Amino acid sequence: MAMLEIHDLRVAFPRGKKDEVEALRGIDLTLEKGERIGIVGESGAGKSMLAFAILNLIAEPGRVSQGTIKFHGENLLDMSERKIRTIRGNRISMIFQDPMVTLNPVLTIGTQMIETLKAHQRISTREAHQRCVDKLKLVAIPSAESRMDAYPHELSGGLRQRVVIAIALLTDPEIIIADEPTTALDVTIQAEIIALILKLCRDNDLALILITHDLGVVAEVTERLMIMYAGKCVETGRTRDIIAAPKHPYAAGLLKALPQNAQRGSKLYQIPGSMPPITALPSGCPYHPRCARADDGCRAAMPPLENGVACFHPLNENAEASI
Amino acid sequence: MSDAIVETRGLEMRFALPTHFLSREKPVLHALSGVSIKIMPGETFCVVGESGCGKTTLGRAIMGLNTPSAGEVYFNGKRIDQMDEAERKPIRRDMQMVFQNPYASLNPRRNVFETLAEPIRHLMPEKTETEVRAQVEDVLAATGCDPSWQRRLPHEFSGGQRQRIAIARALVTNPAFIVADEPISALDVSIQAQILNLLTDLQAQRGLTYLFITHDLSVVKHFGTRVAVMYLGQVMELADAETIFEDPKHPYTQLLLDAIPKLEGGSFERPRQPGELPDPVNPPPGCPFAPRCSIAADRCRSERPKLRVIPGSTTQAACHFAE
Repeated sequence: MAMLEIHDLRVAFPRGKKDEVEALRGIDLTLEKGERIGIVGESGAGKSMLAFAILNLIAEPGRVSQGTIKFHGENLLDMSERKIRTIRGNRISMIFQDPMVTLNPVLTIGTQMIETLKAHQRISTREAHQRCVDKLKLVAIPSAESRMDAYPHELSGGLRQRVVIAIALLTDPEIIIADEPTTALDVTIQAEIIALILKLCRDNDLALILITHDLGVVAEVTERLMIMYAGKCVETGRTRDIIAAPKHPYAAGLLKALPQNAQRGSKLYQIPGSMPPITALPSGCPYHPRCARADDGCRAAMPPLENGVACFHPLNENAEASI
Repeated sequence: MSDAIVETRGLEMRFALPTHFLSREKPVLHALSGVSIKIMPGETFCVVGESGCGKTTLGRAIMGLNTPSAGEVYFNGKRIDQMDEAERKPIRRDMQMVFQNPYASLNPRRNVFETLAEPIRHLMPEKTETEVRAQVEDVLAATGCDPSWQRRLPHEFSGGQRQRIAIARALVTNPAFIVADEPISALDVSIQAQILNLLTDLQAQRGLTYLFITHDLSVVKHFGTRVAVMYLGQVMELADAETIFEDPKHPYTQLLLDAIPKLEGGSFERPRQPGELPDPVNPPPGCPFAPRCSIAADRCRSERPKLRVIPGSTTQAACHFAE
């Protein structure tokens, strides 16, 4: 049994009085201890929705309409709010995109760290303080002791994100869900934070769910990869394999459109059109209006996920061919 | 006289910060300290750097959106930085700007036709209303916008479509020079290639000159002719876009290149120490990069290096030790 097993997860939002639209449309995912998986997709593909669903944080009026999320065999969706609090933020932690929004601007770093720790553990303030300083040292914050008294605005963006990571690590979680943890940061700071996350995961056997739109970041950090499109997983497998030889035309298109994969000065490959909103999905495969390989079969039915790809006409290993 | 289309000489930009009511100090932020660049007709001159390095300020100073504190700006050999609004008006039609966020840069209450007609009516008052309409339709066709968009409002469009409209607005007066400030960084990956291709096509068709401001070096590699790397308001390296990737001269450029996540992975195996931009209110006396630089010596901390041609290359770098 895997540490985290998600099966046929669906999230729905009401539309009008009776109707519903689905933001997640049947996601399967397993995560073993210490494993790092990347979730890639464009905005609106449902990748953050998946993170919120795992933590049972889907806001009203949305709801998980179907599926199971088993953490060590227990379904998180059946748990009482009280029970889930022993897991959320404790055994499964989160890191969000913008550290300035995550941190409370009117509390010192120390206050918010100690508060977090005391919410989950019976521990004296003095002991909590020491644990917090240790974690700040772990994420390589210089002069950690004195930073406990600093306010978030006194720190640079990179240090703030390090503080957020330190807070996520306070309770020694088993899984970290990081939603675009470096998107708001500069490239050199992003490099520092990626290197830090990678080291922490390895040293502590931490599992990571990394949500991002950046294929380069995914390639650097994760072992497995799931590519999402319009609330569905369209391709999943080993990160290295997908990047070397994508099977789904969408995955292939994303990779081919990257400037670093193009001849200098030549025209970039472009995927025509844009992703449909979940309220106006086409019939069949959601990608077919943008896909050069689509035929009537694709317009009629949604291809099932088989051998890691949801496509009736996947690309062959050696076919650079038309997408 | 030079044949550059745009030239800056020793451009300085200082912003006075609010003073503390108990303090006599008048803090000044040095956004640009002595930037001299020449942009040649028909080229794509890229400015890269991290947030706070002054790249946007440089674009705005050239456009006359901020008045420089010192230094000169020339457009086609004519000095423009001291012109008043009336003198500048005939020049404005020749230089236009595309902004980063198409959700913020378009007036939400104005339909596409009004958005596009405004620059013509304002900057080309000699045009009749029939000519205005023709010009709007021409530019819509050239930027891949449907003529039916004219009566619609910005909220009806996706991010990529909005950026097309913003580009159309910049082009509607037939400018020779465009400042594009991070024009693709707010867009989804599959849309970025579309916009980059559009900019490339327009440049070929109209002989446009771009000042392309970005933090994404892979875009520079694909798209740029020359590139200026900025740090704390100064140009650190000025080179051909092709050579800078193969043979970066400045340690900061090297750091930037090392920070790019690669699809092959493996670049972030070693932890990286936190480094941050020095305080732009109290910049260090010597080289601004010295505190983060691995090869910095005493001389770097006292004497600010000047941009100089590195022997055996066409690259200029502001480093005592670059070779």
